[in-house]
This record gives sequence, structure tokens and C-alpha cells, in this order.
Amino acid sequence: MSDTADRVKKIVVEHLGVEADKVTEEASFIDDLGADSLDIVELVMAFEEEFGVEIPDDAAEKISTVSDAIKYIEENKG
Amino acid sequence: MRRVVVTGLGLVTPLGADVETTWANILAGKSGAGPITKFDASDQKCRIACEVKPADHDYGFDANKRVDHKVQRQVDPFIVFGIDAAGQAIEDAGLTDMDEETRLMAGCSIGSGIGGLPGIESESLVLAEKGPSRVSPHFVHGRLINLISGQVSIKYGLMGPNHAVVTACSTGAHSIGDAARMIKDGDANIMLAGGAESTICPIGIAGFAQARALSTNFNDDPTKASRPYDQARDGFVMGEGAGVVVLEEYEHAKARGAKIYCEVIGYGLSGDAYHVTAPHPEGSGAYRSMAMALRKAGVEPKDIDYINAHGTSTPLGDELELGAVRRLFGDAIADVSMSSTKSAIGHLLGGAGAVESIFCILALRDQIVPPTLNLDNPSESCQGVDLVPHTAKKREVRAVLNNSFGFGGTNASLVMRKID
Repeated sequence: MSDTADRVKKIVVEHLGVEADKVTEEASFIDDLGADSLDIVELVMAFEEEFGVEIPDDAAEKISTVSDAIKYIEENKG
Repeated sequence: MRRVVVTGLGLVTPLGADVETTWANILAGKSGAGPITKFDASDQKCRIACEVKPADHDYGFDANKRVDHKVQRQVDPFIVFGIDAAGQAIEDAGLTDMDEETRLMAGCSIGSGIGGLPGIESESLVLAEKGPSRVSPHFVHGRLINLISGQVSIKYGLMGPNHAVVTACSTGAHSIGDAARMIKDGDANIMLAGGAESTICPIGIAGFAQARALSTNFNDDPTKASRPYDQARDGFVMGEGAGVVVLEEYEHAKARGAKIYCEVIGYGLSGDAYHVTAPHPEGSGAYRSMAMALRKAGVEPKDIDYINAHGTSTPLGDELELGAVRRLFGDAIADVSMSSTKSAIGHLLGGAGAVESIFCILALRDQIVPPTLNLDNPSESCQGVDLVPHTAKKREVRAVLNNSFGFGGTNASLVMRKID
């Protein structure tokens, strides 16, 4: 597992208060991890802080699973 | 006529994370005061407070017991305290499994005096330092005063009235009084009612200190600082926590075989129409609030055995309240006991009226009245009244009166008595 994936999962566990083993790469934030739309806004902010990337609103809207987040960050971090 | 009784209690205070621990500590004459630990207060005029203790303390508060991790992260502590106290009250009342019909007629009236001040403070710093795109999406609904009622209604599925009083330090008493009326009017059969506060943060302490409301002479001896009616008093000590009761229509409670603590028989409210922070110099608002509560209750002063005073330990307020009680009670003042539990847990602001109403209810239950700590040398005008100095006192308690007064000149009084 990549370093990015580890850090993303850690943030998800902390923010959503879910068990670490539930945070698989296929997991959907809303359907599987109990997040609502505001939780996703908060997660995206946390990813931006952690990785020093900027995730514009139109990109954020497409992030619905853990792997979507990891992929976007891997492709866009400096 | 629909009658309103109390069937459940919940407390989070500086002296305990539940009702019985808090009450035992109150009766034992313990103080919840200490140096401020939540932030570095070394540059503040007031460096002491009555903080709710951390989970690893003997009587500390564990938020994980009743509040989801995610909610804890999103909301200010006053909401966390409120949700927990409401949960305790629901459990105590045996209402954890309400059917839909019951929940349609069950509501919330849990307020706060100030709301999410620590979060407003910290998020304002985020805005200033990092810009608007870093402000939390949960900022607004994690700070709003009515979000205890909101969160509790969502958690327990309560679809009746969803209300939140904001009347500064009389919030808790108004919340209970308003909720009792909603039950009387048939809007609900069950109401979670009370108040919560948590404003022990730099701007909260600085703001009240600048208003000359806080004690500043006892920074090195915190447990002595809250001393209502004592000649050396110099302001209140800020507390935090929550108190929530389950109010229920009497027949509804009887039909399900609920444990009934007491009946809420009188509610009085008034405005000073005088000054934003100073009480009316003749205590006229306090007098009218108490008089209305007694009139509504259909009782005479001689029927009241215990008064839980507003008594914040400020130089002006304590004696004005006592003067108003003296005028209203006349000769009956000789037989009443009146104490201020703020001497032990500090001033819970919007939570005070609810927490102190619960102490009144427990006084009725246990036939004992809690003490006024640190009352070493009562002020001249306080002579001849039993202010229950230092130690709790066993006595007959048939009916109780609770007073709460707030900035803006707002006053609330509640009368409760044992059910026949």
C-alpha cells in the first residue's frame, strides 16, 4: 500500500470515526462510510492540508470513493 | 387541566458526569473550582474556573459514552454536554424505546446562553490566518444554540416541538418553564428540557472579566472564589456543563408506570427594563418573577421550604435577590432555607437554571438542602436568613423555588413540589 493511501485512510478514520478495516479503497464515503455531503467537503479540506494540493470544487464532486481520493492526490501532488 | 411532572434527570457538571455523583459531591461540600487548564490563562485577570473534568478524573466526563465520534468532532462542547445530559435523562425516564406515536408527541427545549463561543473564537483565527477556504463546513451548525435540541431530536427521533431558549443566565429555567407550558397546552406529552454551556475559552473569560463580572481576587485559592452572600465575594466563577430533565404529562407518566420525581406547578417570568448587566436596584424584576411563579402554583411563601438562589457571588446581585425574597416572603423568611450551589460548581450561565432545578428536585426527593460554600462572613443584609452555610442540612422539603436571572434584565422562577 502506498504512503498516500495510508495517509488518506488515516484521515478518513479520524474524520468519520469509522473502523480502519472498513476503509477499503473501494469504499464509498457516502454509501459505505456514513459520510454526508458536508463530511466530504471537510475530508477534501483535510486532504488539501495534508498533501498541499488544491482540489477544486468540480474535482471534489467526482471524489466518491477512497480510491478516487488517492488517485486524484497521486496525480496532482507537487 | 394537564399537569406536568418530572420523570427523568441528566447532569454533566464540574462535580460529576451524572446526577448521583454530582449530587453526592454537592452534599459533601466539594468545590469544582480550580486553575483553568483548557488554555493558557496566565495573561487573564481571572485564571480560575469550574471545568468539567476529563475522562480519566474520578468524576470526569467521557464524551464517548453517548455522543458519536463524528458529532464530537463537528460541534462545540456545550452541544456534547447537552446531548449526554439529554441521553441520561431519557435513560433515567425509561424512554429509550419510544414507539413512533410517542415520539410524535415528544420534543426538545434545550437552550444555551451563549452557544459555541470556543468554536467561533478558533474558527475566526482559521479565517484570519488561512482564509475562507479553510473554514469548517460544520462551523455554523456546530455552534448554533438550538443544535442541542436538533441533535437530540435526530438521535432519539423526537418529532414534537423543537425549541431552544436564549435568555443568558436564565436560559435553563425558561427552557423548563416553556416546555412545561407546551405540555400543558397539548403540544407534546414529553419534553426534554434544560440548558448547557461551555465558554471557558480565552475570549469568554476575557469578555466576562472586562464586564467586571468574574472573581479576580482568588486566583491563588480557586475553591474560595465562589462565595455568595459573603462579604469578600468579588464576582462569579465560570462553570460549564449541562442539565436536562424529562418533563411529562402526568396521566401519560402514570399510565406507563414511570418514576415521578415531582410536579412543576409554577413558572414566573419578567423583565427588569433597567440595565444590560446590572440588576434592578430594588430587585423588582426578581420579585415579580417569583411572585408570578408562586401565584401560578397557587402556593404561599410559607409553603416553600427551599430556594435555590440565583446567587452568583457578585457584589450587587446576591443582596438584591435576597432583598426581593425578603419582601415577598415576609415572616415566612424565617422558615425557608435558601442556598446558592454556584458556590460549588460555579456559574453554568445558560445551563445554570436547569442544573439548579435538578438540585431542587433532588432536595425534594432526599429531604435535604445543599449548602452555600465559603459563607464565612455573611453581608449585613443577609442576617436572619438560613443560607445553609458550609454543610448540607436535613430538613422537611415540601416545595421548592428556583431563581435564574440573566443579562438583559431577564428573570425566570420555577416552583416544584412532591406529587400527592
